[in-house]
Amino acid sequence: MSSLTSFDPEESKEKNENQSPTITKDRPKAPVYQTKALNLWYGQTHALKDINLPIFENEVTAIIGPSGCGKSTYIKTLNRMVEMVESVKISGEILYRDKNIFDKNYRVEELRTRVGMVFQKPNPFPKTIFENVAYGPKVHGIRDKKLLKQIVENSLKGAAIWEEVKDRLHENAYGLSGGQQQRLCIARCLAIEPDVILMDEPTSALDPKSTLKVEELVQELKKNYSIVIVTHNMQQAARISDKTAFFLNGEVVENEKTDFIFSTPNDNRTEDYISGRFG
Amino acid sequence: MEYIDRGHVQKKMRTRLLLNKVFKYLFLAATLFGLVFLAILITRVFIDSIGWLDFSFLTNRLSFNPEIAGIKGAAAGTLWLMVIVGPVTMTLGVGTAIYLEEYAKKGRLHSFIQTNISNLAGVPSIVFGLLGLTVFVRVLGFGSSIIAGGLTMSLLVLPIVVVAAQEAIRSVPGFLREASYGMGATKWQTIKKVVLPAAIPGILTGMILALSRAIGETAPLVALGIPALIIPVPGSIFDNFTALPMQVYYWTIDSALTAEYLNLAAATIIVLLVVLFLMNSVAIIIRNKFQKRY
Amino acid sequence: MSERLNVKEAIQAKRKNNKSVFVEKMVPVILFLAAFISIITTIGIVGTLTYETILFFREVSFTEFFTTTDLSPLNPTDPKFSILPLLMGTVMSSLIAMFVAIPIGLTTAVYLSEYASSNSRKVLKPMIEVLAGIPTIVYGFFAFTFVTPVLQEVIPILDRTNVLSPGIVMGIMIIPMVASLSEDAMNSVPNSMREGALALGATPLEVAFRVVIPAAISGIIASFVLGISRAIGETMIVTIASGSTKNFTFDVTQSMQTMTAYIVEVTSGDAGAGTTAYFSLYAVGMTLFVFTLLMNMFATYITRRFREVY
Ligand SMILES: Nc1ncnc2c1ncn2[C@@H]1O[C@H](COP(=O)(O)OP(=O)(O)OP(=O)(O)O)[C@@H](O)[C@H]1O
Ligand SMILES: [Mg+2]
Repeated sequence: MSSLTSFDPEESKEKNENQSPTITKDRPKAPVYQTKALNLWYGQTHALKDINLPIFENEVTAIIGPSGCGKSTYIKTLNRMVEMVESVKISGEILYRDKNIFDKNYRVEELRTRVGMVFQKPNPFPKTIFENVAYGPKVHGIRDKKLLKQIVENSLKGAAIWEEVKDRLHENAYGLSGGQQQRLCIARCLAIEPDVILMDEPTSALDPKSTLKVEELVQELKKNYSIVIVTHNMQQAARISDKTAFFLNGEVVENEKTDFIFSTPNDNRTEDYISGRFG
Repeated sequence: MEYIDRGHVQKKMRTRLLLNKVFKYLFLAATLFGLVFLAILITRVFIDSIGWLDFSFLTNRLSFNPEIAGIKGAAAGTLWLMVIVGPVTMTLGVGTAIYLEEYAKKGRLHSFIQTNISNLAGVPSIVFGLLGLTVFVRVLGFGSSIIAGGLTMSLLVLPIVVVAAQEAIRSVPGFLREASYGMGATKWQTIKKVVLPAAIPGILTGMILALSRAIGETAPLVALGIPALIIPVPGSIFDNFTALPMQVYYWTIDSALTAEYLNLAAATIIVLLVVLFLMNSVAIIIRNKFQKRY
Repeated sequence: MSERLNVKEAIQAKRKNNKSVFVEKMVPVILFLAAFISIITTIGIVGTLTYETILFFREVSFTEFFTTTDLSPLNPTDPKFSILPLLMGTVMSSLIAMFVAIPIGLTTAVYLSEYASSNSRKVLKPMIEVLAGIPTIVYGFFAFTFVTPVLQEVIPILDRTNVLSPGIVMGIMIIPMVASLSEDAMNSVPNSMREGALALGATPLEVAFRVVIPAAISGIIASFVLGISRAIGETMIVTIASGSTKNFTFDVTQSMQTMTAYIVEVTSGDAGAGTTAYFSLYAVGMTLFVFTLLMNMFATYITRRFREVY
């Protein structure tokens, strides 16, 4: 049984509005996110400089670049988590589904309900596995026990961890291995049926085997979700992403199809970076 | 020619090392001094209480006859005090801590409240007694009742709870908050469902510390004008009362007249110390159990 | 096969009729009110003390209060109000306390931070801190029923209530405060400074007194100041063991009343509200409050101002 089928597929069709539900490789997909002239400062530090970047539906977009170039900052801006840092100042716009997320009337909670995030270090709550996954739905007002159970099961299946934890749903999540914890966090994210999933180096704290599992999962998830993934691992970016954006010193140097970036990049700096000459 | 006379240095070295050794034991003796004092104190009080501390001592009411006098009323009074101090300091203390840690902008107001709290922590307890006497006993007309005593005591121990709760909240790792916000939870939802549950052990430890302090405090109660008379066991927060430390106080000063009162005071102290010991053990257990969970 | 779920719709439906926006707006207001209680408390303390003190000084002159030496508040025909005997009692008992607490507290700190192995420190430190958790009424009892009689064996002229015995006991009560604050200050001296001196052949004793204590001096002095403030405000020990004689003397073998003990005496006596004796409570309370507040602020100031930056 593929659990993903139980996530109402009609929904993803609606998103595409007048596009055909069968998306083919060559057809332009609808952009989920449009970033326009985005600048971000941490106090005096100019961390993002004039970013223009579209992110497309049902694709995996990889963000690569040397340490400190602003990858995390950018991905955290997409769900406005970056504003938790008090000194942050932002200009420009990010359109999510054609609405500017920095609009005064835009509710961040609304945005974050539609845009899930998976963090570098697995960060389950110190609660049971069940409670971890049920957290999001509960926060959003779903109280029905039966429905919650169903959501938890589906989400855990969606994150390919159901088989491993189905007999210990009421044990503390901290008893899981790092890799399992990370997939639990992905399940937690799936539980509110997001539209986009942001992942900030989701495998950097995992061993190779767990990494492989998460990568396979990402491939699977992209059928239903749009994914933005930050990674330091060139092979990973090449393996799993459709588009790759190369960041350097807070600027987007190049944003292209992944095959293209890794074979014939336009910019010398991109070539230097992916061939390991710096960073 | 050598600049340093090795022989001389060697000789001096010996005395320096000797001095070091002597002082080391001197310092150890100083460290143990307090502990020896503590041991003598407890032994002495315990010896004084032998023969007086029995079950009937706990269940008898106060009496001028030392043979049948007990601490039922005082123990009930202390319990009643806790009924007020517990919820009041929990609500106000944790509320203040959440406000300071999660909501208040780090600016003038924040540092004003923070400084104010640390200054309050240093105000002598008898001054809180004067405040309680004026505001609760007289202006609000509560008289020397449990509610007057409880509220006075709550204000006195509030800083302890605030500081402990602040520390507990601050030590909740940021990644848990991020996870919650990332799910679209609001600030209050995040605090209620993630931050507070994770901070509970620290908050409880602080609460226990605060209650232990409130159980043993005497001066503010004396200032509220609680009499040494025989008072019926209180039945509501508006009744007059006496408390364990008050009982110790009156029996101690009256021991000059009736020698057995000294034994009664000692027996009451033992009860008080046992209660405090148990409470602190619970605090230690909580702390050890919940240490390093992440 | 599981049913089809419509989580998104469920969430969307809940969102429409939720009160969360209102709750989110109200919570900080309510929490602010909780935080405001501590400010109201301070205002309450300062306000009542000031108000009643003003009433007191309408009836008693400043000169009488601060320069004469007679105190007899409950004398029905000719009451006298001078704070000096009380100040004397407070100063003498606190001095004795600090004579005990400073040397023992400081050397305890030196032992714990410079000599003790981390294991013995783990045992010793909480045991010493037990001293701080004992209610002061217990110390009062002990001073009165044990320490005074023992001291009387050595000093036969010692009165049954006197300043010496509660002073000593108060000092022991304050040891943990001085010790743990000083030890914190010493612990924050970086090890590299110690190693530097040790490498030159200094003994641990020399390191402690030539390197660590000088480097931690501001924290150590702050611990002394806080200890003094604690001694000034301590009530039950002196009330029980030092009695209520309003004595303006330097003789610590006699009974002397402190400011705190005076407040206890007058509140537990029957000075009716509105009498001069009643108002004098607040004048004394005000003096006590100002003294301790100044010391606490001074302690905060020196730790901030002279915090060594490594
Ligand atoms: N909270 C912050 N306050 C101030 N400056 C910050 C903050 N977070 C990041 N920065 C700065 O912003 C720049 C971008 O940081 P960011 O974390 O986005 O880099 P990154 O590309 O994710 O690096 P890494 O690969 O190491 O994770 C860096 O110069 C960093 O020092
Ligand atoms: Mg990063």
